[in-house]
Amino acid sequence: MAISITVNGRLHTVMAEDETPLLYVLRNEASCKGVRYGCGVGQCGSCTVIIDGKAVQSCDVPVSVAAGKSITTIEGIGSIEHPHPLQRAFVDEQSAQCGYCASGIIMSAKALLDANPNTGEADIRTALSKNLCRCGTHQRILRAIRRAAQEMRS
Amino acid sequence: MAQNATTPQRKLPGSLETNRTLSQWLAINNDGTVTMRPGKIEIGQGILTALTQIVAEELDVNLERIRLVAADTVQSPNEGITSGSRSIEESGIAFRYAAAEARELLLARAGVRLGVSIEQLSVNDGTVTSRGGSSVTYWDITDESLLQREATAETAPKSHTLHKIVGGNTPRADIPRKVSGAPSYVQDLDPPGLLHGRVSRPPSLTAQLASVDLDAVRALPGVVAVVRDGRFLGVVAEREEQAIRAQRRLAREAKWNVPADLPEFDPRYLLKQEAKTEVISEKNDATVPTAGRTLESEYSRQFLAHASLAPSCALARFDAGKFTVWTHSQGIFPLRAEMAPALGVAAENIVIYHAEGAGCYGHNGADDVALDAALLARAVPRRPVRVQWMREEEFAWEPFSSAMVVKTRATLADDGRIASWNFDIWSHGHSSRPGRGPGSNLLAAWHLEKPLVRAQTANPGLPGGGSHRNGIPIYDFPNQRVTNHLIPDPPIRASALRGLGSQCNVFAIESFMDELAHAANADPIEFRLRHLKDARARAVIEKVALMANWKSNTKTDGTRGRGIGFARYKNAAAYVAVIAEVVLAEEIHVPKLWCAFDVGQAINADGVTNQMEGGIIQAVSFTLKEQVKYDRERVTQQSWDDYPILSFTEAPEVEITLINRPELPPVGAGEGTQGPVSAAIGNALFNAAGVRLRDLPFTRERLVAAMM
Repeated sequence: MAISITVNGRLHTVMAEDETPLLYVLRNEASCKGVRYGCGVGQCGSCTVIIDGKAVQSCDVPVSVAAGKSITTIEGIGSIEHPHPLQRAFVDEQSAQCGYCASGIIMSAKALLDANPNTGEADIRTALSKNLCRCGTHQRILRAIRRAAQEMRS
Repeated sequence: MAQNATTPQRKLPGSLETNRTLSQWLAINNDGTVTMRPGKIEIGQGILTALTQIVAEELDVNLERIRLVAADTVQSPNEGITSGSRSIEESGIAFRYAAAEARELLLARAGVRLGVSIEQLSVNDGTVTSRGGSSVTYWDITDESLLQREATAETAPKSHTLHKIVGGNTPRADIPRKVSGAPSYVQDLDPPGLLHGRVSRPPSLTAQLASVDLDAVRALPGVVAVVRDGRFLGVVAEREEQAIRAQRRLAREAKWNVPADLPEFDPRYLLKQEAKTEVISEKNDATVPTAGRTLESEYSRQFLAHASLAPSCALARFDAGKFTVWTHSQGIFPLRAEMAPALGVAAENIVIYHAEGAGCYGHNGADDVALDAALLARAVPRRPVRVQWMREEEFAWEPFSSAMVVKTRATLADDGRIASWNFDIWSHGHSSRPGRGPGSNLLAAWHLEKPLVRAQTANPGLPGGGSHRNGIPIYDFPNQRVTNHLIPDPPIRASALRGLGSQCNVFAIESFMDELAHAANADPIEFRLRHLKDARARAVIEKVALMANWKSNTKTDGTRGRGIGFARYKNAAAYVAVIAEVVLAEEIHVPKLWCAFDVGQAINADGVTNQMEGGIIQAVSFTLKEQVKYDRERVTQQSWDDYPILSFTEAPEVEITLINRPELPPVGAGEGTQGPVSAAIGNALFNAAGVRLRDLPFTRERLVAAMM
C-alpha cells in the first residue's frame, strides 16, 4: 500500500507493507544510504534517525508508525561541503576508523544536544547506550561530541 | 615480462617482487594528477591515506593531486590479502620504491627537455626547475610509456630527514564522506535494476536437509527466484524487505537433521583432540642450573567473533557465462581463484571489484557472501543481486578465532631469575582464508549438490605464525621449550582474527611473568626488565611506567589495582607496553589504560595512534566480555545480547604515547595491542584483589567464583 513519509523535509510516497522496517524504506526508496543496517533489532544504533526530535532505531520502527511524522537522517543535517558541527568535530578529531557506526552515533548525539547543549560526559555516554562501535573509537567519538557541544553552545 | 630460466630475477622490495611493472602501481597523468593502484584495501585502518603520503613524498607532489583507484582483478597489482599488519611493509615499501623510480624517470625527461643535467633539477609539486630558472612540469613530459617498464628498485628513496609529508598527521581522506552519510561502503551500492538476495543456512556444519517446500516461498510477494542447490537455499526478490520475509519463510519450511556433535563449552576439549605437535623453540644452556622453585599454570580463552558492525555484503551480476562481483574481501585475487571451482567457471570469467566495507578485524563473512551473491545472480541473468547477511547469520557463520589453551611451567632460580621456561599451546589453525586449501574455504561451496571439501584450518608459518604467533617469548631465558599442538579440524568455523594466536599467548606469557614476579617477590616491571635486553622493548616498558606513574609494591584497598602487559608483535613488528587500571565492583571495570608503542617509522602518527587506541579498547572488550556461545548442536548466539561488546558507558580512557623512530623501517602496528591489554587487565586484577583469573573472558561469574 502507499505510505507517505517526510524525510529531511521532503515528502516521499512509497509502496510498502505497513510492517516494513523504516530502515529499508529510507535506504532503498529515499536513497538515504547513511542510515545503516547493523542488527535489525534496535541493539547497535547504526540506523539511528531522529523522529519528531527523538533518536530512534529505524530498523525497529515500522514504516506505518513513521507516516506523517518528520524524519531526519544523517543526510539531512549537513554535507561534506556544509557539515553540521557534529560532523565537523568528527573530522577535526579524526573520530572514525571504519566509520560505519558514525552516522547513527551522530544522530543520537544530535538529539541529545538539541534537547540540552549543556550536557555532560555522563549524559553523552548514556545517550550512546544504544550505539555500538566495534573499532574501539569511543574515546575520539566522545571527544568530538564534547567539542561539538561546546561549539553549539557558543 | 618474459623471463629466461637461466637469468634469475632480481629481488624487489615488498609487493614489487610479485608485481614488477611500474605502471601496475602508478600513472603520472597529463591532467596534473597521479593515479595510484594499491592492491591493499581500506578497512578502517587508514592504510590508503598512509600509502598516499608515501607516494606524494617520493614524487614531490601535493597530496591533492593523488587519485586512488579501488582494487580490482582487471588491473590492480595482486597483493594477496590485506592482513597481518603487513600493508605498510608490503604495499608501502613497493610504492616508496616505485614512486622514487618514477620521479627519477621524470627528472631524466625533464633534464633532456631543459637541456641540463639531472643534478641541476629540483621539484616542487610536480614542477621541475633548473638552477638557471627554466622549468617544466611532470604533466607536460609524461606519457603512457613512462612507467611501462620493470621496476629496478635502484633509485634510493628519500632519507627520512627530508620527509615533509611522511610522519605528519595527514587527515584521513575518507572520513568527511563517511560522517556525512554519503554512500561509502559496498552495502551502499545501488545499481539500476538491483535485486535483493538472502540465504537460508543450515543450522550447523553437519546438518542435513530432510525436506523443504519451495513453492510456499515462490508464492510470496516480490519473489523473483528461489534457489536450491543441495543444502544451499536462497531467495531473490525485488525489494530488500521482501527478500528478508522470503528468507524467514524458507527457514521455516526447511527441516533439518542436526547431529549433536559439538564439544563441551570449555576450551579444554582441545586437550583431548588428536594434534600435530611440533617443538617450535628450544634452548639449552647447561651452564645455568635449573634448580629452584617450579611454578605451573594453565590459561585459556574461548572462540572469539569478529563481530563487524556491518554484516557481510556483496553484489554480483551474471551475464553470458561471466560473473561480475563487488566485495569487501581482504583478498580479491585469492577470492576469485576460490570462487571459480564453486561456480564451475574459469577464473577469467570472474571479475572482482573491491568496495569498502566496515571494520572486519580479520577474515569474516566477506568472502563467503561474495559466493552467495554469485550463486543467486546466476538464477537471474543480467540483473545485479545484492546479498547482505543478517545479523544472526553473521554471528552463526562467520569464521571465529579459535579457542585456545596454554600450559606453562617455569623454574625460578634462587637468584630471582627464570632458569627454564616451558610453554605448550593447543589450538585450531588461525587461518582458513581463500587460497589456504587444499579444499574450499567458501561457506556455500560446502553445501552445494556437488559440494567442495571443506578445507581444514592452517597456520601461517613462523616466524609470524598463527596459533603459535608470539608463542616464543622475547625474554632472555637460558633454557626454554615451546611446543605447538595444532588441531586442524575445528568443530565450528575458525580463521584469522586480529592478532591470531598472539592474544592468548601473550596473555599467558605476561600473566605467568606476573606470577613468577610475585613468587620472586619482585616488582613486575623490574622483573621483566631483568629478563629483557632489547633496548626498544625496555624503552616502551619504561615509558609506560613513567606515564602511569608506576610505583613498586603499591598496596591497594582491594578494589583498585594496576597491571602491565608487554609484547613485540610477531616478535618482529610493533613493541607495545600497556598498563591497565581496574576497579572491582560487581563486575570488573577498566577506567583507564596507558600505552607506549614503537612501530619504527610512523608514516602517519595520528593514524597509527588511532589504530592503536582502537585495538586497546577492542581488546578490553575481548578480555572482559567476549566468547562465542554454542551448545552440543550449533552456534547459538544470534544478537548483540548473546555476544555483548564494550559499550559507550564502559569505554575506558586511553593515554597513549608513540615513540617514533623515523630512522627505522616502518613495521606493522594494528594487531599488536590485543595480548598486552588482556594480560595487563588480569595482572591489575591480581594487584587489586589477589585473585588470578586465567580463563578468558573475565566475566562476573568467574570473578565471583575466584573471590569466594
